[in-house]
Amino acid sequence: MGTFLTQLGDSAGNIGAAILVTVEATVLGAILALVLAFILGLLARSRFLVVRGIARTIIEFFRGTSLYVQLFWLYFALPVLGFQISSALLCAVIAFGLNFGAYGAEVVRGAINAVPKAQWEGAVALNMTGFQRMRLVILPQAWIGMIPPFNNLLIQLLKSTPLLSLITVADLTFEGQQLRAATGQTALSYLFLLVVYFILAYIFTLLMNALESVAKARLGRGGGLRGLFRLREADPTGRSAGAGAGGGA
Amino acid sequence: MVLFEQVVKRFGSNIVLDHLDFSVAQGERVTLIGPSGSGKTTILRLLMTLEKVNGGVVYVEGQPLSHMKRGSQLVPANERYLRTVRKKIGMVFQQFNLFPNMKVLDNVTEAPIHVLGLSKEEAVDRAKQLLDLVGLGDRINQHPTSLSGGQQQRVAIARALAMQPDVLLLDEVTSALDPELVADVLNVLRDIAQSTTITMLIVTHEMQFARDVSNRILMFDKGRIVEEGQPDKIFSNPEHERTQTFLRAVLEER
Ligand SMILES: Nc1ncnc2c1ncn2[C@@H]1O[C@H](COP(=O)(O)OP(=O)(O)OP(=O)(O)O)[C@@H](O)[C@H]1O
Ligand SMILES: [Mg+2]
Repeated sequence: MGTFLTQLGDSAGNIGAAILVTVEATVLGAILALVLAFILGLLARSRFLVVRGIARTIIEFFRGTSLYVQLFWLYFALPVLGFQISSALLCAVIAFGLNFGAYGAEVVRGAINAVPKAQWEGAVALNMTGFQRMRLVILPQAWIGMIPPFNNLLIQLLKSTPLLSLITVADLTFEGQQLRAATGQTALSYLFLLVVYFILAYIFTLLMNALESVAKARLGRGGGLRGLFRLREADPTGRSAGAGAGGGA
Repeated sequence: MVLFEQVVKRFGSNIVLDHLDFSVAQGERVTLIGPSGSGKTTILRLLMTLEKVNGGVVYVEGQPLSHMKRGSQLVPANERYLRTVRKKIGMVFQQFNLFPNMKVLDNVTEAPIHVLGLSKEEAVDRAKQLLDLVGLGDRINQHPTSLSGGQQQRVAIARALAMQPDVLLLDEVTSALDPELVADVLNVLRDIAQSTTITMLIVTHEMQFARDVSNRILMFDKGRIVEEGQPDKIFSNPEHERTQTFLRAVLEER
């Protein structure tokens, strides 16, 4: 225990940097995923069958194949085909973005579909264009319903970042393993990892809850920042956050 | 102003409008009455382009609404064409359909700004005038959800008028309201009927209101007009048996 704590103190700098790498991969992956989620989710509702078809194919492909394999494809297989992505971290961000973007697309689609038809009709009666209906009326109501399922996906994404250590990135898990190798304290090292990942996940959840409260207040419902410190219930079906999401929008 | 020519509307095998012909003149106020399911809402929704006709043509100001000209032929209208004709029409819905993501004022200014291209100041000026007109000048910064149903409906009326439509469609605008809130909304509509020349198509079960504001009543049954005439005649001296039983039923409800 003493040697463990000493070692932990000695490698505090490395561990801090590793936490930053993990957070960076999570945040950048989430941003890319968010952008792709909106693009794919909106395209999946297109009037044109071809557009819908392409969007659905992309969504199903990236949901239906393993993140692990996708990452290895980008990192190990692409260079063999003569196409090298400049850094391992970038590979991971792209893989996270594509994979979670595909799940997020279903969240976006579900939340948009949950906005009552009367809202669309109100917008049509004011002669808004399709784009204006979406931007001014539908999305501002739909995105609140997206926040809880997006939060689930964000936590899932965070929990997927240990894959980074498999493609040579010195992330939190990598440093945890270094700690274990240096001290021989397997249980303590992994306990340390559990705690840090949990704290990170909790911080993300708090931020998302705050966002949700603000969004609700802007719609004139919900009690501001009350209920901020509640943990989200776990999603029992794992990554199925998209299906039928956004019911309360 | 508004012309229905042999209009057919079906939902599946349910024929809702069966070769319907009728017209409404510029500035006229026409009330559609008739039993539930007789097609009144469907007529308004066709005019608002929320539904498509299955046959016949709807015209507004001589311009086909449901169709557009391609060469010498009429083909079903596409979205871009619809936007050019839809601007003549405004609608107030039974359930208000206000946008909960916008404050009262924004509900009334957003479409004029983005659709009509008004400047912010102009849109706000106009919205404030309209909200004063409907008695809600002091509520502009509230959320719609914090208003009573009657107030929400009056905002919806202001919102529709802000687009300066030539034709205003009112579909049972007081049916979702508590009885004590109905009068305020109807008074606002009476005001508008008196102070403007806007053409109105009204669906309502408020017979006294219909009598006060309408130039003409159309009695519908099963998607056809069974009787039409001036309010006095229809309400005091209906000819058709279907009209008589319908009016009796409505009056008994009160
Ligand atoms: N979207 C729809 N899908 C299927 N059937 C519909 C739809 N809208 C209306 N109908 C049917 O069309 C018929 C006419 O309906 P409509 O709403 O126009 O009647 P209404 O005269 O407005 O009745 P109410 O007084 O109850 O409002 C009804 O039989 C109704 O069930
Ligand atoms: Mg109706």
